[in-house]
Amino acid sequence: MATQRIIVAGASMGGLRAAEQLRGAGWTGAITVIGDEPHMPYNRPPLSKDVLAGKAPFESLAFTPRPNVADVEWRLGTAVTAARLADRVVELDDGSEIPFDGLVIATGMRPRRLRCEGPAAGRHTVRTLGDAEALRAELTRPGARVVVIGAGFIGCEVAATAIGLGVRDVTVVDPLPLPMVGPLGGLLARSLLERHEERGVRFVLGTGVSGFRGEERVTGVVLSDGRVLPADVVVESVGSVANTEWLDGNGLDLADGVLTDGRLRVGGLPYVVAVGDVARFPNARYDGVPRRVEHWSIPGDTAKHAAKALVSHLTGAEADLTLFAPLPTFWSDQHEFRLQSFGSPGLGLADVRVLDGDPDGDVLVGYHCDSRLVGVVALGGHAAATGAARYRAQLLKQPALTA
Amino acid sequence: MKVVVDMNKCQDHGQCVFAAPDVFQLDDNGRLAYVSDPDDALRDEVEEAADVCPLQAIRIEG
Ligand SMILES: Cc1cc2nc3c(=O)[nH]c(=O)nc-3n(C[C@H](O)[C@H](O)[C@H](O)COP(=O)(O)OP(=O)(O)OC[C@H]3O[C@@H](n4cnc5c(N)ncnc54)[C@H](O)[C@@H]3O)c2cc1C
Repeated sequence: MATQRIIVAGASMGGLRAAEQLRGAGWTGAITVIGDEPHMPYNRPPLSKDVLAGKAPFESLAFTPRPNVADVEWRLGTAVTAARLADRVVELDDGSEIPFDGLVIATGMRPRRLRCEGPAAGRHTVRTLGDAEALRAELTRPGARVVVIGAGFIGCEVAATAIGLGVRDVTVVDPLPLPMVGPLGGLLARSLLERHEERGVRFVLGTGVSGFRGEERVTGVVLSDGRVLPADVVVESVGSVANTEWLDGNGLDLADGVLTDGRLRVGGLPYVVAVGDVARFPNARYDGVPRRVEHWSIPGDTAKHAAKALVSHLTGAEADLTLFAPLPTFWSDQHEFRLQSFGSPGLGLADVRVLDGDPDGDVLVGYHCDSRLVGVVALGGHAAATGAARYRAQLLKQPALTA
Repeated sequence: MKVVVDMNKCQDHGQCVFAAPDVFQLDDNGRLAYVSDPDDALRDEVEEAADVCPLQAIRIEG
């Protein structure tokens, strides 16, 4: 019999963890990981922090693969262009086709771009190492005027890192009234706004962007209210789009990432699973509504669960196939502050309570749904983050929310 | 098994503490302390701790 093969599409954190967990779950057949970036998997969070600041060379970003994946085949610099799931075949951009027995979807996200006319030069996003290096080169030009579009986590991290690098002129634009207000709610968003402003970041809130000025390269950002912000460097951090086009034509629900069941299986096919940012999964800890979760903790968690489901199907091995119920965790470093989150604060925005401290200093905030604690976020020095961790056990013990 | 944490990289996230509480601890100031020669029976936990370190600062030797 020919060797059985699992293909992992996407060679970043989710792809690496999937390969390791497939071996961990007892898969002895072939594993081929296909990724369109030229690099072995590397860590993305430092891109908007230490890499932009020039404090982390590439060698310090690369993951160290576990020894159990030493025999895995890595096809880097190669994109998967299509998949015929019923036939169990993927097509690559070099024209080849590879048959598989099992498939792991780990193709993640790419930055959403603004659909405005204007020059491309001077406009940046931050998702890959190349992106971060290109942006760093421009931020460090003397006198650069920087406009960040989008006051979410990545936009605010980039703004803080730019200030830390000594950039004088940093403005963040967002149509919402406060930074990061969607995921965190008003209390912490207001506190974050003040902390950023005190350190020199300017905010233009409640206004979107309608276009760019400039011939060869960008010279300004046109706001929807008609004002123009002069700019030499623009960073677009306006959300992300799932890399799922290669799965078109298979009848899957690709409305926002790849829909999975509670065991991370896709399209009712027990031999296809999805992991990481691209997976839209129900979390049995909460209300059963499938959601994508773009947190660093999720590629590892999903990989472990998905690998067990896939390997037990392919080999007939017994496995503990409980429903997936991770406790999401998230952090963000901005200026000298750390945000540390456990659980799903987004599900408890209607009932936000200060648990400890106060919003001007180190603060610990609880998010509740039906009076039940569903998320805890700390903002402040590193010790505040340790405070949030005290609530982790409590969050783990909470009964599931019902739909 | 030998555990080495690159303390220049470590930013005291504490994720390793959840994964392997017998090996990693945060002190009262939120700074990491760890056992550098844990029992081999703890290998699974320590591997998990190395995986979940956001700075990838934990190395396992032997
Ligand atoms: C700048 C930045 C900062 C972040 N900071 C934090 C933080 O502070 N805290 C936190 O919790 N999380 C943070 N995150 C989120 C975290 O990094 C992600 O959740 C994680 O990288 C997701 O991993 P993934 O493998 O699922 O997806 P990705 O990392 O997106 O990997 C997908 C891979 O698949 C490749 N690919 C796509 N399509 C194809 C194709 N057709 N064929 C082959 N390959 C393909 C992509 O090029 C990519 O290499 C940050 C993310 C970014 C970008």
